Amino acid sequence: MAVTDQQRLAYIATQAADARVNVELQTEQMTLNLGPQHPATHGTLRLVARLDGEQVIQADVVCGYMHRGYEKLTEVRTYPQITTLINRIDWLSHFANEVPFILAAEQLMEVEAPPRAQYIRTMFFEMARIANVSLFIGEMGVQLGAITPVFFAFRDREYVLNLLEAATGGRFHPNYDRIGGLKDDLPRGWVAECREAMRRVRTYCDQLEDLLMGNEIFETRTRGVGVIPAEVGLTYGLSGANIRASGVDWDLRRDQPSPLVWRELDWRVWTHPDGDSFARYWVRLQEVREATKIVEQCLDGLPAGPIQAKVPRIIKVPAGEAWCCTENPLGEMGYYIVSQGGLGPFRVKIRSASFNNISIVPWLLKGVYVPDIVTILASLYFILGDIDR
Amino acid sequence: MSSVEPGTSETTGTEVESAPTPLDDPYQTVLEVLRTELGAGFVASETQRGELWARVARDSWKKAAEVLRFQLGYDYFSFLSAIDWMPHTWPNPKVVEGEADEEPEPEPEPAPVAGDGWQTGVTGGDTRFQLLARVYSTTRHNGVILKCDLDDEAPQAPTWHEVYPGADWHERETWEMFGIDFAGHPNLINLYLPSGFEGHPLRKDFPLLSREVKPWPGLVDVEGFPAGYGGDDAPEEGS
Repeated sequence: MAVTDQQRLAYIATQAADARVNVELQTEQMTLNLGPQHPATHGTLRLVARLDGEQVIQADVVCGYMHRGYEKLTEVRTYPQITTLINRIDWLSHFANEVPFILAAEQLMEVEAPPRAQYIRTMFFEMARIANVSLFIGEMGVQLGAITPVFFAFRDREYVLNLLEAATGGRFHPNYDRIGGLKDDLPRGWVAECREAMRRVRTYCDQLEDLLMGNEIFETRTRGVGVIPAEVGLTYGLSGANIRASGVDWDLRRDQPSPLVWRELDWRVWTHPDGDSFARYWVRLQEVREATKIVEQCLDGLPAGPIQAKVPRIIKVPAGEAWCCTENPLGEMGYYIVSQGGLGPFRVKIRSASFNNISIVPWLLKGVYVPDIVTILASLYFILGDIDR
Repeated sequence: MSSVEPGTSETTGTEVESAPTPLDDPYQTVLEVLRTELGAGFVASETQRGELWARVARDSWKKAAEVLRFQLGYDYFSFLSAIDWMPHTWPNPKVVEGEADEEPEPEPEPAPVAGDGWQTGVTGGDTRFQLLARVYSTTRHNGVILKCDLDDEAPQAPTWHEVYPGADWHERETWEMFGIDFAGHPNLINLYLPSGFEGHPLRKDFPLLSREVKPWPGLVDVEGFPAGYGGDDAPEEGS
């Protein structure tokens, strides 16, 4: 049977169409530059991703846009002056940054703050966690296209920040911790307001759970995305909720002795076996709830007494070396202080959580698709000040 | 609501009390293993306030990491950095003078070795640059701080990159801030500093330029307080 012209033309047309498709699939690698300013980053982080089609072949993190050289600056400041600097490392965990530094200096000086100060420290530490992480659990929605949660976050975070401001005078930079104690005692009426604020924060957590969890878009875009196996995460130095979301049951508040009172209180360490973006979100949400419980128990058990131990007027830290770390909102935050007996430290190594948490990004982004970059970056939750110290 | 079955674990006061960790014991096996594995590469060790410091020779730097991670289960990489033991030269030479007056040397410590009278810290040190790293075990719940003396002229150490991938960035930071070379590191480029930057900012002889340009006003920094401005040794009740 002879082939008609029409059939021949149709055949040629299909061949040509196939050829064109094939040509289009032969994509060249392109380089995508995310940032330095990007909505998924708190600060200025630049991400250079090499793409094949929509898949990331290699991603490089370029940081340093905000590097302030705190490790150098600490060498020309006295110990009380340094708390002002370290407040600004991770600007959302303000008070929590001060605690490990002060504890390390106290270890060297062999002073310990009185019990009331330790309770208030624990409480403020957890309030910094609420202020920090509740922003994350609202803002994670924004990265995926849900605007509402972030408004809830800013509204309810404000209650906590107001309380911090009432007691310390600083909304973002309390500068409240002192070697041997605290700057001030709590103002009148603070305790009752704090209880009310904690109740509100818990309501906020419930609302967020209603809004986001079970939402089909949220679940598809986070579940199974950016899975970090526990062992890999640990060798990269991931800490905090990021590693607990990979099933590692490790929390420095519970697992190491500390002058702060976490070990005397009743709360839980939550882990999640999946290790994906959803797990990281979920663990952080639970941590905010646990933090409200810790604050309430601190209020219940708040002892009377002085808030400042006896320390010399001019702080001189004896020669020696001390390492102290705590479980900050973003993970393990620690200071290695080398003192040679002067008014200021000889060397301070600042171990900040985000630096390690983000160093896994080149490994983690290999092979993911472009839209998932944002989800993964957001779920790792870093603050740029914490990377660029 | 999604169905999530998280693994949880509880912390209560009782749980913590039932397992008190004696501070020195957990390190006994660690020290034994390190000593036997490293042999002469193990220089000194010290336990203070529940932390173990171990100083190793430069040739054993990587071996120490391997032993800690694969034999002893130190699975978590905390940080890696360095210390420059050279006394401050700038901006405040007074700091050094002040120390000489007071002599706050830690007497009970094993003699702080000093190449030319420099004061060094825990487990001592013979050279100007000392590497400093810490690893932690999430099962033992304790950490080990490792130290290692480096060459004065061309400080160099083997990379930890293969043992702890997290050391990658820390070594890049240490490289640019202290000028310490890490042999075998695949990607030793600037992390924080702009690519044309000259000098190593965290070395003690690198001047803090902002202070040179504009002196700090008032009663400043690490300088001693003038006489009569409150005694150093007069303790005062706070609050």
